[in-house]
Amino acid sequence: MSSLRTKGKEMRDIYLNEIILKGFYSDRMLVALLPALSLVTVIHAQLCQPGAKDAFKVRLSLKTALGDKAYTWNENEEYLFKAMVAFSIRTFSSREKIEISNVLLCNVTKRVSFWFVVTDPSENQTVPAGEVQGAIRMNRNRINNAFILNDQTLEFLEIPATLGPPTEPSTPIWVIIFSVVFCLVIVGIVLLIVSGIRQRRRKSKASTEMTDVEDKCETMVTIENGIPCDTLDSKEGRTNRAFAAGDEKLTPL
Amino acid sequence: MQAPREGTAACSPLGQGAGAWKEKELPRAAFPLAYLHCLLAPVKEANEQAKLQVEGGFLIPYIIMLVVEGMPLLYLELAVGQRMRQGSIGAWNTISPYLRGVGIASVVVSFFLSMYYNVINAWAFWYLFHSFQDPLPWSSCPLNSNLTSYDEECEKASSTQYFWYRKTLNISPSIEENGGIQWEQALCLILAWLVVYLCILRGTESTGKVVYVTASLPYCVLIIYLVRGLTLHGAINGLAYMFTPKIEQLANPQTWINAATQIFFSLGLGFGSLIAFASYNEPSNNCQKHAIIVSLINSSTSIFASIVTFSIYGFKATFNYENCINKVILLLTNTFDLEDGFLTPGNLEETKDYLASAYPTEYSKIFPDIKNCSLESELDTAVQGTGLSFIVYTEAIKNMEVSQLWSVLYFVMLLMLGIGSMLGNTAAILTPLTDSNTISSRLPKEAISGLVCLISCAIGLVFTMEAGNYWFDIFNDYAATLSLLLIVLVETIAICYVYGLKRFENDLQVMTGCKPNWYWKIIWAFVSPLLIIGLFIFYLTDYILKGTLQYQAWDATQGQLVTRDYPNYALAVIGLLVASSTMCIPLVALGTFIMNRWKKGKTVSV
Repeated sequence: MSSLRTKGKEMRDIYLNEIILKGFYSDRMLVALLPALSLVTVIHAQLCQPGAKDAFKVRLSLKTALGDKAYTWNENEEYLFKAMVAFSIRTFSSREKIEISNVLLCNVTKRVSFWFVVTDPSENQTVPAGEVQGAIRMNRNRINNAFILNDQTLEFLEIPATLGPPTEPSTPIWVIIFSVVFCLVIVGIVLLIVSGIRQRRRKSKASTEMTDVEDKCETMVTIENGIPCDTLDSKEGRTNRAFAAGDEKLTPL
Repeated sequence: MQAPREGTAACSPLGQGAGAWKEKELPRAAFPLAYLHCLLAPVKEANEQAKLQVEGGFLIPYIIMLVVEGMPLLYLELAVGQRMRQGSIGAWNTISPYLRGVGIASVVVSFFLSMYYNVINAWAFWYLFHSFQDPLPWSSCPLNSNLTSYDEECEKASSTQYFWYRKTLNISPSIEENGGIQWEQALCLILAWLVVYLCILRGTESTGKVVYVTASLPYCVLIIYLVRGLTLHGAINGLAYMFTPKIEQLANPQTWINAATQIFFSLGLGFGSLIAFASYNEPSNNCQKHAIIVSLINSSTSIFASIVTFSIYGFKATFNYENCINKVILLLTNTFDLEDGFLTPGNLEETKDYLASAYPTEYSKIFPDIKNCSLESELDTAVQGTGLSFIVYTEAIKNMEVSQLWSVLYFVMLLMLGIGSMLGNTAAILTPLTDSNTISSRLPKEAISGLVCLISCAIGLVFTMEAGNYWFDIFNDYAATLSLLLIVLVETIAICYVYGLKRFENDLQVMTGCKPNWYWKIIWAFVSPLLIIGLFIFYLTDYILKGTLQYQAWDATQGQLVTRDYPNYALAVIGLLVASSTMCIPLVALGTFIMNRWKKGKTVSV
């Protein structure tokens, strides 16, 4: 019985040793690979950090822009983003060798916001911020459209968007309307003045004809009770001297 | 000095013309419409009343002042006109030849009014012509030179303020810097004067026809606006604000003084127009009933216009409040990278507290930018003077759908009211000229009107300069206010103490068949003169306490109004304005006295 036990123990020991050895070997492999792997991730982590050199922060407001139709931000969307950035750099900055894998994204938050940086493998450093900025500014419209967003909902902090100026017609509209109203008013004034002059001419003609008739009428004076009444001068009005104010004494309250 | 004048002149269109000297030219049919214009005065004042309410409680002092001051003085002027059967100069001449200056002072005030009032019409034309664009030019800011963001001045102020102060007025930072004449404004002013000339060309016969249009159209537009205004989002807030009395403001004497001045100018007392209106009445007409009806209709139009104004005001305030809240939400979401859409106006407050406690350092960094948005403070923001009509309404209109339509309607209404007022003002100046034989024998009517319009237009070009708006404010605040107060004071005292209250009472009984009861008599004899003297004393003490008169200047670097003192020559102009109309009364009295002495001396020596 004891021999069986010892055998079991021995088997267990051998088994354990094997595992340890295997682990030791795989660890060794890992340990051999570890520097290489960690170097890459460390480099990536260093390049793409909030506030790193040549890195930009991007902020998306999906719910504000699309409401119920907002899509979720996942890795596929990130892939599209990297593709758009790579496309922009390839087209507007003369670096033809930029691949999607050269665009690094990090620190994705729920906002949605993240940082990105573009590396250039041929030169083994990051693409300068000025070039990235210029490339994205030129291509901003297509980037916006790819995500069904606009300048306010897809923000590249520190990359100001070029705002579209309002369209101005060659002649300001107000000048046109002003001229129309002005001409109408002038025409109206001229018409009224001309018709006024014509009316006056007609009246003066008629009055010269009437004066002959009036000469006869003038001798007709209204007589009441043998006393001639003064003809009323309709233009001047008539002051009733009974109510003359003159030196009237002022009445007390 | 905040006496609103935009309403005043609207009440005196034909009356002044007929009122000054002659009677017979006014067609009877136009007379009730001329009254209508008197009632429309409040439409413009609804804007001013928005400011009144903004300073606290408006309905209660307004109604009390109407009953105590408005109705009795209106009754007085109507009764005088009905009794004397003459225009204002003739009527006062009949009461006492020493008081002819009262009528003359009214004409001088009308002259000043016509000089500066047409500038408002020019601005209305400018905005009207710009309302045919899509989008409206005041709805967005122009871009700066490198097209990366908006113009700096426009960002600090708002786009409507920028359009008013920069694009329309091109205002200079202070009254001393005159700048040049803005040709766009000058053109609009010339157009406005041409339109006025077109209407007064043929004399009061053509004016009568024009009044039909200018008096009825604003009512239609107002009704349309009422329907639109009440259906706007947030209009309820404005209405609730208007109807809730602020008890603590009622204790403030400034509120009562504002209400008194408001009533005063809304009824158009002191221009001589009411005397002229009443002179057309049958002697047996019950002018007491007339006075009460007119003032009631006047105040109900006032309240009607205020409802429209306040519903639009409420819409604007709610819109700005919601914008403010959204800005705060955006700021917090961006700073703390919260999920988009997580913050809502509902949970804003508790989230703010949570963030303040959880991330104190970052929170304190952005704390100065977090504004405490409050609907009350939005409703409380007051805008001065004519700016209210142009800035507040355009801001509300740009946020409505089909904003071009509402803009065109609004400015057409403003134009109708303005042109209607101008007709009366110019008629007041023209009638003495066309009646005096020396001038009318040499020049035809059209030439005299043309000359008057030309001279006023030339003087009015001063208001189109860069500093022109500051001069406009001087005229607006000082040309009519004190003079009209003095005129009405002299009128009341003349009737009660010079002509004799008992005599006046008997005249009224003979004419209408009923004596004015004790209420009217007490108010004419004691309350009104005391009230007006009180207003005078208030304005004088206000001036003495402040030391100097101040004005609001637009500071482009800050994007807001700043207070400055008037320079000496501006103060001199103010003094001249006030003196030239008020001095008419004592000077003419003195002149008549000297003439009588001289005549007596002549007759005695003979």
